[in-house]
Amino acid sequence: MQLDAEHLVTELATRIGTLSDDTAVVGIHSGGVWVAQRLHQMLKAVPPMGTLAVTLHRDDFSRIGLHPQKKATDMPMNIDGRHILLVDDVLHTGRTLRAALNELFDFGRPASVKLAVLVDRGLRELPFAADYIGATMTLDASQELVLTNDNHHLRFDVRTRQLHKKTN
Amino acid sequence: MALTFNPQLRSDGKLKHLLSTEGLPKHLIEGLLETADQFVSVGDREVKKVPILRGKSVFNLFFENSTRTRTTFEIAAKRLSADVINLNINASSTTKGESLLDTVDNLAAMNADMFVVRHAESGAAHLIAQHVKPGVAVINAGDGRHAHPTQGLLDMYTIRHYKTAFHNLTVAIVGDVLHSRVARSDIHALTTLGCPDVRVIGPKTLIPTEVARMGVSVFHDMARGLEGCDVVIMLRLQNERMNGALLPSAHEFFKSYGLTTEKLARAKPDAIVMHPGPMNRGVEIDSLVADGRQSVILPQVTFGIAVRMAVMATVVGA
Repeated sequence: MQLDAEHLVTELATRIGTLSDDTAVVGIHSGGVWVAQRLHQMLKAVPPMGTLAVTLHRDDFSRIGLHPQKKATDMPMNIDGRHILLVDDVLHTGRTLRAALNELFDFGRPASVKLAVLVDRGLRELPFAADYIGATMTLDASQELVLTNDNHHLRFDVRTRQLHKKTN
Repeated sequence: MALTFNPQLRSDGKLKHLLSTEGLPKHLIEGLLETADQFVSVGDREVKKVPILRGKSVFNLFFENSTRTRTTFEIAAKRLSADVINLNINASSTTKGESLLDTVDNLAAMNADMFVVRHAESGAAHLIAQHVKPGVAVINAGDGRHAHPTQGLLDMYTIRHYKTAFHNLTVAIVGDVLHSRVARSDIHALTTLGCPDVRVIGPKTLIPTEVARMGVSVFHDMARGLEGCDVVIMLRLQNERMNGALLPSAHEFFKSYGLTTEKLARAKPDAIVMHPGPMNRGVEIDSLVADGRQSVILPQVTFGIAVRMAVMATVVGA
């Protein structure tokens, strides 16, 4: 099955429609940030945009440890009382989202949080559902849906997961 | 070098304890600095905490007083959500006859996950690291004249923050090099990171003979030594460690080796000035420089917390 990531971004933007002035867009690293940047632009959202690197709130830290990385959380606005549109590329187990919400709330108390994802691939392990979805598909646990940003062109690839290294 | 036993590293090369910047591979130092980047902003959040060390017990074992270093480790551990137990172990426990390792065994029996150790004897942290059971991490917070690796790493973080890269830098370390574990930790880290020109500046009595073998150049004339420097690291004159007459007087020292605006003018115009603290104003550094435009002494303190968080998050459970 071929997924056109660029087409899905447009689809997702159409489904979200318009954003109120008190809505802030926040992307989850890495794929979610790329999608959030596109949505932010297409929906003419109020700057600035926030990013979340959820590494520091992950629940598998004690198993996989901390790896050096360049991506970092950046929340250059006050989120108290704001409506948040949280953006990720793929919704899978829901564990990343749990970590993202925990991290988000370290910055304040938003009025509401809505979730937009390019693809919901199923196999949830936590009780989450997205408010806006580009496409829904079924993949089995050994498969991984990976978004890459090749010179500002977004592309989805399905890869076979290395079983010892569960990353989502 | 690669064949020497390094108790800091696991057999797969990961960092297990942090004992010294000596023998720490370049990629591990760079990894720690990158990890620290993620932690710098935690201090700016409304909730200044991340859950990485939740449920872990960190014991600060200070056999030598240092309120400042102990506090920065305590803040770092607390921002990682660890439980922190501070122990200032002065002469009393030794008077009671308990050995260093007995003290450690007792605390290990209370299920410690990490020891942060400051001791007046060189090698104390190594001894403890070789003694603890697997899964318990040891961080050296300063041992005698030997090493102060987290200070060395935070100095590298500060330099990288302001100067981006190391390969084209001239760095001067000035003052009481003889008693300084900071100087040793900085020199090892700088040479590992590829800094081509490391200088030490100070009077003959305060420059140990072995530093020339560490790949640095030695200057006794401060003005000459500072010529063209990008980074000037001032050291604290350690009066409490002075045995015998190594110096005529603090005033004499300031005249020759105190950093003043005039002496700093020999370095590059955008040179940064660093100091591990606490400063002796008017002894090794003039207030005009310490509080001046080129001083990054207070940012060092802020970065120090992020770097210590990075070290703790990396060694825990490794």
